[in-house]
Amino acid sequence: MTDTNKYRDKFPAKNPDGTNIIDLESHKFVKVWQGPQHPGITGNMALELILQGDEVMSCKTHVGYLHRGFEKLMERRKFIQCFPLVCRIAVPEPDFNEYCFAASVEELAGIEIPETAKWMRTLILEMSRLTSFLMWIGGQSGAFGLGIVGQWSNLVRDYMLDRFEELTGGRIYRMFILPGGVRGLLPDGFKGRMEETLKFVETAMNDIERTMFSNSIFKRRAIGLGVIDPAWVDQYGIVGPNARAAGVPKDVRKDYPYLKYPELDFDVITATESDAYTRTVLRAKEIRLSVDLIRQLLAKMPKDGEFMAKMPNMLHWKIPKGETYVRAECTRGEYGFYTVTDGSGYPRRVNVRGPSYTHAVALMEKLAIDCNIADTAGLMTSLHTYPPEIER
Amino acid sequence: MSFKDVLSPFLAWKNLVKQPGTIKKPLEREGADRYRGFHQNDMKKCIGCGTCEEICQNAAIDMVPVEGQETTDGDSGLRPMIDYGRCCWCALCVDICPTGSLTMSNEFKWIDSDPDVFRFVPGAENKPWDKDEKGYRKPDNYELYPTGRIHMEELKPEDRDKSFIEIVKGYSKEQAIKEADRCVECGLCIATCPAHMGIPQYIAAVRNDDMEEGLRILYETNPLPEICGRVCTHNCETVCAMQYKGDPLSIRWLKRYIADQVPIEKYKEILGADGFEQQDKKVAIIGAGPGGLSAAYYLANLGYQVKVFEAMAQAGGMTRYGIPEYRLPYDQLDKDVEYIKQLGVDIQFNTRIGKDITLDQLHKDYDAVFAATGLHDGRSTRVAGADHPMVFQAIDLLRDVTEGKEITVAEKVVVIGGGNVAMDIARTIARLQNQKYGKVQLILTSLEAEDIMPADVEEIVESREENVVIEPAWGPKDIKIEGDKLKGLNVIRCLSVFDKDGHFNPRFDNKESNFFEADQIIEAIGQGMDIKYMSEGLEDKLEMTERNRVKVSTFSQSSLPWLFVGGDITGGTDAITAIADGHRAAKGIDKFLNK
Repeated sequence: MTDTNKYRDKFPAKNPDGTNIIDLESHKFVKVWQGPQHPGITGNMALELILQGDEVMSCKTHVGYLHRGFEKLMERRKFIQCFPLVCRIAVPEPDFNEYCFAASVEELAGIEIPETAKWMRTLILEMSRLTSFLMWIGGQSGAFGLGIVGQWSNLVRDYMLDRFEELTGGRIYRMFILPGGVRGLLPDGFKGRMEETLKFVETAMNDIERTMFSNSIFKRRAIGLGVIDPAWVDQYGIVGPNARAAGVPKDVRKDYPYLKYPELDFDVITATESDAYTRTVLRAKEIRLSVDLIRQLLAKMPKDGEFMAKMPNMLHWKIPKGETYVRAECTRGEYGFYTVTDGSGYPRRVNVRGPSYTHAVALMEKLAIDCNIADTAGLMTSLHTYPPEIER
Repeated sequence: MSFKDVLSPFLAWKNLVKQPGTIKKPLEREGADRYRGFHQNDMKKCIGCGTCEEICQNAAIDMVPVEGQETTDGDSGLRPMIDYGRCCWCALCVDICPTGSLTMSNEFKWIDSDPDVFRFVPGAENKPWDKDEKGYRKPDNYELYPTGRIHMEELKPEDRDKSFIEIVKGYSKEQAIKEADRCVECGLCIATCPAHMGIPQYIAAVRNDDMEEGLRILYETNPLPEICGRVCTHNCETVCAMQYKGDPLSIRWLKRYIADQVPIEKYKEILGADGFEQQDKKVAIIGAGPGGLSAAYYLANLGYQVKVFEAMAQAGGMTRYGIPEYRLPYDQLDKDVEYIKQLGVDIQFNTRIGKDITLDQLHKDYDAVFAATGLHDGRSTRVAGADHPMVFQAIDLLRDVTEGKEITVAEKVVVIGGGNVAMDIARTIARLQNQKYGKVQLILTSLEAEDIMPADVEEIVESREENVVIEPAWGPKDIKIEGDKLKGLNVIRCLSVFDKDGHFNPRFDNKESNFFEADQIIEAIGQGMDIKYMSEGLEDKLEMTERNRVKVSTFSQSSLPWLFVGGDITGGTDAITAIADGHRAAKGIDKFLNK
């Protein structure tokens, strides 16, 4: 790893505990708001930065620009009516919300979903991961001034959206994973077209990897940026690729196997360096893994069969008193729904645990210190955060 | 960092010669086959049940009146209007649509400068995508509610064909709740029920296992729930929105379930019958059938002093003297009557108006009179030989059976008629034949072909299970008599019963004939009324309709303000209509006496 900091200004003075001494009255500092309208922020949130020169002395995160009160809205909706609502909690990966909600109410109501539905759900979730990663890699490269990668990755992402459209009927909000199962089977010829799209993804990834990872500018800016200490993983609740890049093999798909993941052949990808560059390389490998998993799923899954359990009348569906926590591995790590029911036709409380909550708020405030102002966007993207899931 | 790291980014330039992935004309791109695009609605299939409106979590759907859509039985006349400012294209409305009329096309482009057009009624406004074959449809094998009816357990044919034990066993609590769960609360049944009972509300009470609330809802519109829960003609079930993908709800059995669960001792407390204010006005009711009892109940609740005059020895009217015990056990009937008596209603039995007391006398003694005397005179086919002593009227025999009299049952019997009364007498006779001769030799012949027979389908099925032979689409020609002995019935093929205007005008084919051997013939082709007690002395004052029925207002009031008339004699066809008439008459009498 190159120590980029050695070229930088040695200011400011530090307290004995290592924190920066900030004195706004000294006129050596400037306060800058990055966001809430800033392309480097990955959504509607803001960083309140105090700079000395071009170096970040302190960072405070501000959220609340996208609060839509989903958790509260759900308490006033019948269970079936929550279904079109939850997908909006994390826009680029709506399916994880649908899955976690459906799985939690199924568990509380004691409903076993058919085998085909489990395969379909696994496929949808893995497709969703791939699509989300493709959008993210464009953002990561764009944050370091490499705009062309975003164009390539979003083109293949669009092909993936076409596949979603023909499978589920929706491009962005798929609304396919319904409590009780899924809403349909694979359309005719889907496997062939999916394979074609996966080939596109692989070709694009060849170009992307060559352009990003054999790139002196990208390397110079990303290596050594935002190093996460493995000791922080449990302390902060860091999950997903951010934890795996720090050498902690956290993966819900392996740790708490769900759906058909136990029947798929894959290993948890880990790395050691734990900086923005390593995280990018790790996520590129995750993309390749997702492609492989989708191929495995399409080869193993049944063509037809029941895809929906026999359900009671959804308009009066009451779920016995209980509580549960259901989790799944989304692109950013563990995604969870903590659901409480009280025997009525409405959820008593639903709490959504999005990984961005830790990554974008607490972790970002820590990592941004001493970082160059030009790199904060790249740093934030390298944590892969989606502000909508912070606010729910 | 190496030399390669400087050069390889330039490989991106190779994309300059690549085919671009962008679609040149995005507006021409077609949505996928399953795409959830703009809504389509088949206006003919749609019944305006509003289930789409119910499930829409965005409140994007409003049910609105649409030009050209009439309100009929089973169709509210309303159609969904969708606000695309609110719609989130989740397609739950499509999935839950009970008739499958609502679908989505794969069209996703609609450009207009007027924002109001995006609130529209699919199917009512011609849209380019109305006929699109592609787009989201609810997949088969998947429903948001159970479509099949919970099976009602019944006595097996071999266990019931000799006895008069009630056939239907009734729902258990678990079964009733499961069946009640299927209701989508569209309320089409309320509009169709003659008494406009709060059906979705009492079904909700079953679902919530709140029998007291259920009973209160029943008694709001129907004081004879035990009777209606067993023998109602259940018009509600014929319009139930659930019938399009499966079976209609067992509304009748659920009503029976509620009434069966509550013991009569608790009725007064639950229905709050103790507190009403007494009035000093007196009302006389003629006939203790469903119409009279219903009027008596509601008048008693309004505090009037009610006296009912009944010609027979027991209350219930046609529900007691026309309906056999295996369909409506007398103890259940008594439960309904008993509660009405508990409210202070006095019933004077064995008193025939016109014979024992005159109507004029009642007018003098009481402030208002409600007459609901029903149809108790059997109609004859009047074919040659119909006056033979072995030709009987179904209604007379049924009355005799109720009264416990021994009736004539021959070895071979023919029943003429295709309605529920014909079924009742056929199945009664079949039981008696079984008891007497150990086998059933009974032919039921009707004018109507089987698909238009007025009897309930379950009656036809159960009759066959009890070895009744049904011979539909025959018209009686004459009765064959040799010497004094009745030999059988000659029939000719009936081609159609109604003419194209829907009037009763049967056409026969003389060439095709048949003969049904019999020792006894029973006619069950309808009943007439005897209202001589009403017309004597009042002929010129009482207005009649073209069909020679007493002309009444919406509140059952005749042209004589003190006389209210209802039930079968004003054109009703069943118990629930009579109950509704009685309720309306009670309101009318209250209005009349308290103006």
